[in-house]
Amino acid sequence: MTTATHPARDIRADRGPSASRRRRLIRVWLWIGTLVGAFYAGGPVLWMLTSSVKPNTEIFAYPPTFIPERFTLAAYAEILGNPEKVRFFLNSYTVAAGVVLLTLFAGIMAGYALSRFDFRFKGPLGAIIISIQAVPPITLLIPYFGLVVWLRLYDTLWALILTYMVATIPYAILMMTGYFNTIPKDLDEAVKIDGGGTFRTLWRFLVPIARPGIVSVGAYTFMVAWNEYLFALTLTQNRSNRTVPVGIQLLMGEHSFQWSEMMAMSVLGCLPVLILFLFFQRQFVGGMTAGAVKT
Amino acid sequence: MTAPPLVRTSRTPHPVRRSRRLRDNLTAYTYMSPTILVMALMMATPVVMVFIYSTLSNVVMVKDSTFVGAANFATLFGDPIFRKAIGNTLMFTAASVTFHLVLGMLFALMLNSTLMPRLASSIFRVVYILPWVFTASIVVILWQLLLNPNGVVNYLLRTLHLIDQRVEWFSNPDLALLTVIFINIWAGYPFFMVSLLAGLQGIPADLFEAAQVDGAGGVGRFFHITVPQLMPIIVAMAMLDFIWNMQQFPIVWLATGGGPLNATETIATYTYNLAFSKHQFSLAAASGVVLFLVSMVVALVYVRHQKARD
Repeated sequence: MTTATHPARDIRADRGPSASRRRRLIRVWLWIGTLVGAFYAGGPVLWMLTSSVKPNTEIFAYPPTFIPERFTLAAYAEILGNPEKVRFFLNSYTVAAGVVLLTLFAGIMAGYALSRFDFRFKGPLGAIIISIQAVPPITLLIPYFGLVVWLRLYDTLWALILTYMVATIPYAILMMTGYFNTIPKDLDEAVKIDGGGTFRTLWRFLVPIARPGIVSVGAYTFMVAWNEYLFALTLTQNRSNRTVPVGIQLLMGEHSFQWSEMMAMSVLGCLPVLILFLFFQRQFVGGMTAGAVKT
Repeated sequence: MTAPPLVRTSRTPHPVRRSRRLRDNLTAYTYMSPTILVMALMMATPVVMVFIYSTLSNVVMVKDSTFVGAANFATLFGDPIFRKAIGNTLMFTAASVTFHLVLGMLFALMLNSTLMPRLASSIFRVVYILPWVFTASIVVILWQLLLNPNGVVNYLLRTLHLIDQRVEWFSNPDLALLTVIFINIWAGYPFFMVSLLAGLQGIPADLFEAAQVDGAGGVGRFFHITVPQLMPIIVAMAMLDFIWNMQQFPIVWLATGGGPLNATETIATYTYNLAFSKHQFSLAAASGVVLFLVSMVVALVYVRHQKARD
């Protein structure tokens, strides 16, 4: 740190002709690395997209066609024209919407309690909520099977909504508690003086302020619910109750060589999450990072 | 959760204060009640059930079950396939976490580089996050197409003369586990990348400037500033990722179903098979309990680590 007293001289010394050549070299390598990375991450996705607009006969063409020779939307038409396949999407939307609404409701309420009140067993309760996220889904699945049958929810979308909430509520609570903590308590007092109860304080004043947090929790919850596979596979049975992730695999098992159709379904299947992600990128990323690192 | 501890005064509480505390408790629990209801029904009950199941002779599919103590656990650990599943799970988890971290770090550093134009950086960020948007069942189907013996990966590798005949990535017992790990790495690194990127942006720039003045090169700066500064994030993420990958089910199950010849059997697929193919719910419960206990130990370490930081 002794040289830190002469910063100007040292930095100038670093800017010789050799340094600028090194900089250029680093820049070249950086671009190579970035493009290789983009190929690794995006190449498969691009292949999915082009395969979905190829006729099925062209999928394994040798040599492979990187740009479809015959462009066709037949695979998309087949999926969107088939009520059985559209049903998978409707089910996924229903489940995801239900999970988002109920999770936000429970998460906002609990987050408010944890942020604004001191109550008995608050500490242990918070610790339990964190550790719930580490419980393996496969461990829960075995008793769920019996439990869901007992609740008469087997093979219904409610079974999925209820079980997904176990995974989404803890995250929602952590995020909402954090958000409410950033809102000064003076606001609550002001509302209270005006004669408002806690319920009114929460829903009329805190919730609108916390909207960015709620959006981020909602988007994340939607994604978890939309993508879930294990419970959807096991707790539903009838085709008419299947969600997209299971539905795609069902089609895969039945006509496994309709690859363009599989790919079209995959594109449609990830579209909602992709759109959500592109719209709420900042909240998504912020929420994810905060949730994972600052619990 | 850094809830402030309940403030307790040593004096006997004033009656008014006591009634206020009672009211606060009541209000708070009213607000907590939806969560408590769901968790009591769908978390506490099943956890208790699975522990009870694991000590019974058999359940769910049979009427009369008897208490057998730890016999199910003895059977489980006596099964060579279960021991193999433990080994595979460890290998799968360790490799996944390591490569998630390495790739995530590499991509985050590239995106964060001052030499990268702002626009290019934000475009590439979206591209790099893409794999994370896909649900496991889509990820697996996509890679089944790409890694098909007649697929594009084999074509590219043959064109580059890296392999001389078509490789069966999923059905070759020597390759299957590596293939599944490869897919899992692709699907999971963005989570690390995003967090590390946020962490990188939080490192004060003057730290780097000071190091540069000290004559530290790029590598020196990375190991002396970047890594120590990011260490809390790295440790936290690695532990979370460890827990999640240890429990990973859909990618393994859909890619290989645990085969060929149990080459990709993990504790999760083994448990699933016991319950839903062989209908041995008690053994499955015991296997689930093992996974649960290991997860809880790691989670405990994680919570301790987070507490120590605060």
